[in-house]
Amino acid sequence: MEYRWGFVTDVDSDDAPKGLSEDTVRFISAKKEEPEWLLEWRLKAFRHWLTLEADDAEPTWAKVKYPKIDYQDMIYYSAPKKPGDGPQSMDEVDPELLEAFDKLGVPLHEREKLAGVAVDAVFDSVSVATTFADQLEKLGIIFCSFNEAVKNHPDLVKKYLGSVVPYTDNFFATLNSAVFSDGSFAYVPPGVKCPIELMTYFRINTEGSGQFERTLLIADKDSYVSYLEGCTAPIRRTSQLHAAVVELVALDDAEIKYSTVQNWFPGTKEGVGGVYNFVTKRGRADKNAKISWTQVETGSAITWKYPSVILRGDNSVGEFYSVALTNNHQQADTGTKMIHLGKNTKSTIVSKGISAGFGQNTYRGQVKIMPGAENATNHTQCDSLLIGDKCGAHTVPYIEVQNPTARLEHEASTSKVSDDQLFYLMQRGISEEEAHHMIITGWSRDVIKELPFEFAMEASQLLKVSLEGAVG
Amino acid sequence: MTTIAPATTIASYARDFSKNEDGAEWLTALRNKAWAEFESLGFPTKRRGNELWKYTDLRVLDTKAFSRAEAASALSSDDLRKIAPWNDDWHTAVTVDGQFSSELSRNLSGDDIAISNLIETAERDKAAVEPALGSVADIAGNAFVALNTALFKSGVLVKVDRDAEPAQPIHILHIVTAAGADNRAFYPRILLLAGENSKTSIIESYVNVSEGSQFTVPVFEASLSDGAAVRHFRVQLENEQAIHLATTRTEQPDSAVFNSTTFATGPAIGRNDVHTNLSGEHSETNLHGLYITDGSSHQDNEISTTHQKPHGTSHQFYKGILAGKSRAVFSGKVLVQAGAMKTLALQKDLNLLLSHGAEIDTKPSLEIYADDVKCAHGATAGHVDPTMLFYLMSRGVRREDAAIMLVSGFASEIIEEFEPESLREFLYSRLERIIPELDSEGIL
Repeated sequence: MEYRWGFVTDVDSDDAPKGLSEDTVRFISAKKEEPEWLLEWRLKAFRHWLTLEADDAEPTWAKVKYPKIDYQDMIYYSAPKKPGDGPQSMDEVDPELLEAFDKLGVPLHEREKLAGVAVDAVFDSVSVATTFADQLEKLGIIFCSFNEAVKNHPDLVKKYLGSVVPYTDNFFATLNSAVFSDGSFAYVPPGVKCPIELMTYFRINTEGSGQFERTLLIADKDSYVSYLEGCTAPIRRTSQLHAAVVELVALDDAEIKYSTVQNWFPGTKEGVGGVYNFVTKRGRADKNAKISWTQVETGSAITWKYPSVILRGDNSVGEFYSVALTNNHQQADTGTKMIHLGKNTKSTIVSKGISAGFGQNTYRGQVKIMPGAENATNHTQCDSLLIGDKCGAHTVPYIEVQNPTARLEHEASTSKVSDDQLFYLMQRGISEEEAHHMIITGWSRDVIKELPFEFAMEASQLLKVSLEGAVG
Repeated sequence: MTTIAPATTIASYARDFSKNEDGAEWLTALRNKAWAEFESLGFPTKRRGNELWKYTDLRVLDTKAFSRAEAASALSSDDLRKIAPWNDDWHTAVTVDGQFSSELSRNLSGDDIAISNLIETAERDKAAVEPALGSVADIAGNAFVALNTALFKSGVLVKVDRDAEPAQPIHILHIVTAAGADNRAFYPRILLLAGENSKTSIIESYVNVSEGSQFTVPVFEASLSDGAAVRHFRVQLENEQAIHLATTRTEQPDSAVFNSTTFATGPAIGRNDVHTNLSGEHSETNLHGLYITDGSSHQDNEISTTHQKPHGTSHQFYKGILAGKSRAVFSGKVLVQAGAMKTLALQKDLNLLLSHGAEIDTKPSLEIYADDVKCAHGATAGHVDPTMLFYLMSRGVRREDAAIMLVSGFASEIIEEFEPESLREFLYSRLERIIPELDSEGIL
């Protein structure tokens, strides 16, 4: 089946000129009406990025191949035209945008209450509508676009921006820090359990435009928040670079659950086009805090992504649950980092990789136990499934232990779908394709069950759609 | 992957290279090529992106120059018996301070095996040596294979005939004596040619009784014919000053089996770089090892297997005991190439950390391009299990004794594999001395 979400919305965009320079950075900052300090921060990042580029520091260690990116041949900012001062209510939202969201299945209208989610929809970098604002406001929860947060809550942004992923972190994070267009911001005050799941949809729309989101999520002491991120993108022939940064801050006793379903355009069957998804995601867990990443990655031509947790507080917990699927010519190099600093810290990693067609799927993960992390524990399980003899599945764990009281267990396996299981299902009249789907769904269950219910359904469906044609 | 070594240290290797004696033309050509390769590579660095040397720092080689040992001290067989695994019945080739010793070697030829000085044989019998030497241990891109190939002194050639099954093991013993200058370098070289359907047991041991600083760069190169089975044991007993960077390479055509068990302890920097290439169908390799590190020593196990053809089997199983401020690395890799169906590959690395300050870096990786395979790996790190200690203590065993029992038990799983019994006994006696002395913060 062809890519279901392959449509292009015809909206006039207010683009930055092609290319990357200090002027581009200033243009974006001016468009966003940003304060001076943020412009300065962006420029520092940009100047650092220039040194990285001169030093040829674009990462090459991942097991992915792509033609060299020309960073001057890209548009770094595009925004849909705003009627007046931007939409004040749903009625003012561009109908074409609404239609696009409809095709994406964003629950904005009646579905919003049924689904019970507040939606901050990012459409080509500009947030167009936010719901459930009242309900959240009563609890003191801030959930808005990054841009609004800069205007309305500058102290919070200033305090935490770059505190988990500094602008010097890595090539793509540095680029993002210089040119990020918009993104989401959430703050949950002390003691508050966010009653609904916060949700953002991302879409990449303008051809040849990079998308550089910046997400900052702060769970103050003893609070709880569950955040969902889902993505689809329309068919485009030119590869599109997406270099996002997500920073999570879980203060003492707080818990953040971050779930992603990523279904961006994977390129054609022949491997033409598709999104380059080079993302830096990291969370900081303070004393007794917990951060849990769950991801289902079925899209993108190339995925380069390692959601990580810095377990700096005593008794903090980090979790990573992932299903990554590569079909046709997709490549994924994804995994996690668990850095144990505090005492009695605990991390769990469950990674499932599925490779089909000519897909190349790599789990790359690091578990590091620092000298002071007494009684730290980690359990890692990463399994790979191969479908067909042209694909590849790779596992590259790095386990670094500097404390003798730590306990670490790592296990991994690679195999194909069991012939016995297939035979069993097929002799009961189930088609080969359906049988594969059932087996794969069951095999991925440990990860899927970590997703919120609505997402779990979609994720399972995505696995099925993404594997169509790979079997038989 | 590498940068050029500074001129100050490379000059001393160049000096040694210029001292090479004239030999057969083809050998001189090979050594020239190897030297050129080493010169262009230099010593590897931890520089960004150099995965193979991510955890092992060789900067000491940039500042400290080593010179090839050119003379051996006197040693008697009685001396050897005291310090090294020994059995009068074994086929034993001895090198002392890097020099092949005809006097100490014994039983060098049997019914269907021949053990000889590699360089001498190369002069005499070009046809036997030329096609094999360097064909398995490729100098390309590998600074230490290149350096060894350029500078090895005598080397040992082991030739096992077709269908041969020697009753006694072959022992290649390298001794470094206490006499002699500091900063000597040794380049032991072993070339094993295992004939079709032969069955051989070979012991490769390194015993260092000096206290000075040394640089040992061994290369073990094994070319197996169809159906050949080699049982390999490696014993590395280095001193705390030594740098020991070893390379093992095998080529395994159809149904060839190479099983190896390693015991490594001692050096300031040790590295065991093993790659077994399963180039034929139904070939098999089991690479097992035990490493014990203490003080400030560093032991790196770089273990890799390539499956090129269907029905191959490989096991990597390593265990580590780490004490003091030492550090160990296990970097295992299994590559299953496209078409290598029905491959079975297992990888396991288990570690016991006995003190704060010790560090284990373990990286068991799989790279798989064929779907009909079964591959798995596992790694663990932890300390002596308190519940097990409690169990033993509740039965009246003193805490110290209980801990030693548990650590010894952990080690014995690997030691038990060593054969024959006299070799195993030798290692147990070493272990009895090593374990209670480990700097372990009172855990023991």
